[in-house]
Amino acid sequence: MSTKKAPEKADDTSSATKEEGHPARPLIEVDNLSLFYGQAKALKGISMSIREKIVTSFIGPSGCGKSTLLRCINRMNDLIDNVRIEGNICIDGENIYGNDIDPIALRKHVGMVFQKSNPFPKSIFDNIAYGLRLHGMRNRTEIEEAVETSLRQAALWDEVKDRLNSSALGLSGGQQQRLCIARAIAIRPTVLLMDEPASALDPIATARIEDLVLELKRDFTIVIVTHNMQQATRISDETAFFYLGELIEFNNSTTIFTNPGKKQTEDYVTGRFG
Amino acid sequence: MAPPTGDRRFQKGGIDIASFLFTGVTGLATAIILAILAIILVNITWHGWEGISLRFILSGTDQDMFDVEKAGVLPMIVGTSARVFLMTLFVIPVGVITAIYLTEYARPDSVYTRIIRGAVNNLAGVPSIVFGLFGLGFFIGFVGGELDLLFHPDNPEPVWGKPAILWASLTLAVMTLPVVIVATEESLKAIPPGLREASLALGATKLQTVIKVVLPQAMPGILTGGILSISRAAGEVAPILFTGAAYYMAGYPSHLTDQFMDLGYHVFILSTQSPNIEQTRPILYATVLVLLLLTFTLNIVAVLVRSHMRRKMGQGH
Repeated sequence: MSTKKAPEKADDTSSATKEEGHPARPLIEVDNLSLFYGQAKALKGISMSIREKIVTSFIGPSGCGKSTLLRCINRMNDLIDNVRIEGNICIDGENIYGNDIDPIALRKHVGMVFQKSNPFPKSIFDNIAYGLRLHGMRNRTEIEEAVETSLRQAALWDEVKDRLNSSALGLSGGQQQRLCIARAIAIRPTVLLMDEPASALDPIATARIEDLVLELKRDFTIVIVTHNMQQATRISDETAFFYLGELIEFNNSTTIFTNPGKKQTEDYVTGRFG
Repeated sequence: MAPPTGDRRFQKGGIDIASFLFTGVTGLATAIILAILAIILVNITWHGWEGISLRFILSGTDQDMFDVEKAGVLPMIVGTSARVFLMTLFVIPVGVITAIYLTEYARPDSVYTRIIRGAVNNLAGVPSIVFGLFGLGFFIGFVGGELDLLFHPDNPEPVWGKPAILWASLTLAVMTLPVVIVATEESLKAIPPGLREASLALGATKLQTVIKVVLPQAMPGILTGGILSISRAAGEVAPILFTGAAYYMAGYPSHLTDQFMDLGYHVFILSTQSPNIEQTRPILYATVLVLLLLTFTLNIVAVLVRSHMRRKMGQGH
């Protein structure tokens, strides 16, 4: 299952290039990563390069390990008992599983949006200010500006600007998810991890989130797990297909969905299984 | 049974005897409970009302406490309120921190966790008189005795090693600890894990998550535990019997080492020490009524605070 070749192919035909014509540089290097839940091996020697400021999607049937791998990138799997990791992940050259790395500090730079939106039962303003205050911002004006900026970036400002002090729980499902995105980007992470962010939303709300992702990739490196292959086609530049804990194929999205190299990939994207 | 056809398909088929009986039985049980409560309250209010007056509530018992004309319960009101207040100062922090440890930090299958849980459960089953003896032996005899050795070695009279409002409150705190722990734990468990994940994913430590996200949301549940512990403790007499309640005291407790008069204990005294029970009966009922009103008031205040908190948090639910 050599997948190290894939990024080189991507260099030739890729849509994952920045405007100047240079291929986007790799930001996250996953190096022979394996994860064990007790004795069970959930991730089997994954190696891949995720490039900077593009949208990379992880697809695959339920239980294939895509969410597990996503959660390795911000070390959220550390919170589960009995989890053991082999191999490492380097972000910008730094091994995030090294001995001197503080996972708390890591998560400031690698943000996450969850499948089920989880706003705090506080006001809209305090939801976003939470992360800012956590990392030391004290000046009220600064906080207000940062809140406005992130709400604008999340395409939510116009809808909530007159009720920033009302409870976040009064928003609709789609608005809550955009609030969670605003909350995550407010602290200006380098990477934004999104775990099926639109799967609980109706098609219109989903479309807004997808538009948002396309906007956000100008400023953030985005890795998105999705069940929805049309979504992956629409918004991602590169796609990785996983099955039973292994990385089967990783290439630019057009290739994966129109001309996959492996039969398993082809079976999945054409709906023959999964 | 073939379903009816035509227009009669959705119409009622007749009375369901089983449902009717069930409703009847549950209604009856509720009625019995309410009736018992009503009998107790009406009986006490009926007999106690004649003894209640502003003077009764607002004055002390400098003279005869058995004299209807001159009895007053203000020192008892002050004593009971003070010991309940001191108790909450001890029991809520300790109970909440224990519950936070058990829910957020402890590994569910470890030996320590099981020991702690076992200890909490057993504590809840200890009879209150045993707590009184524990308070006497441990707080007054041991802790108070050691404090006296340390700070007042030359004083022939015990300063800390005697019955005092401090020790009575601590004893009550130990007794009501399980109530606060369980109520807090339940409210912590009711918070969805997604909220903690959201906080951690933003780069918060576990402690920051607990303090800034989890605890504020668990506040109504914590207050419930506080309310329950107050209700239980306000009327308890056995734990304070040896640890601080006074038969008679001039003045009010002003220092942690002072004793205090108490409503519940006073009821006991009036019932058993009175020279003329017929004469004292109105005072007895009036004292009981005051105790009930005090407990009721404490509960109402706490419930109001809790519902105010819930409303502030729950807008949009």
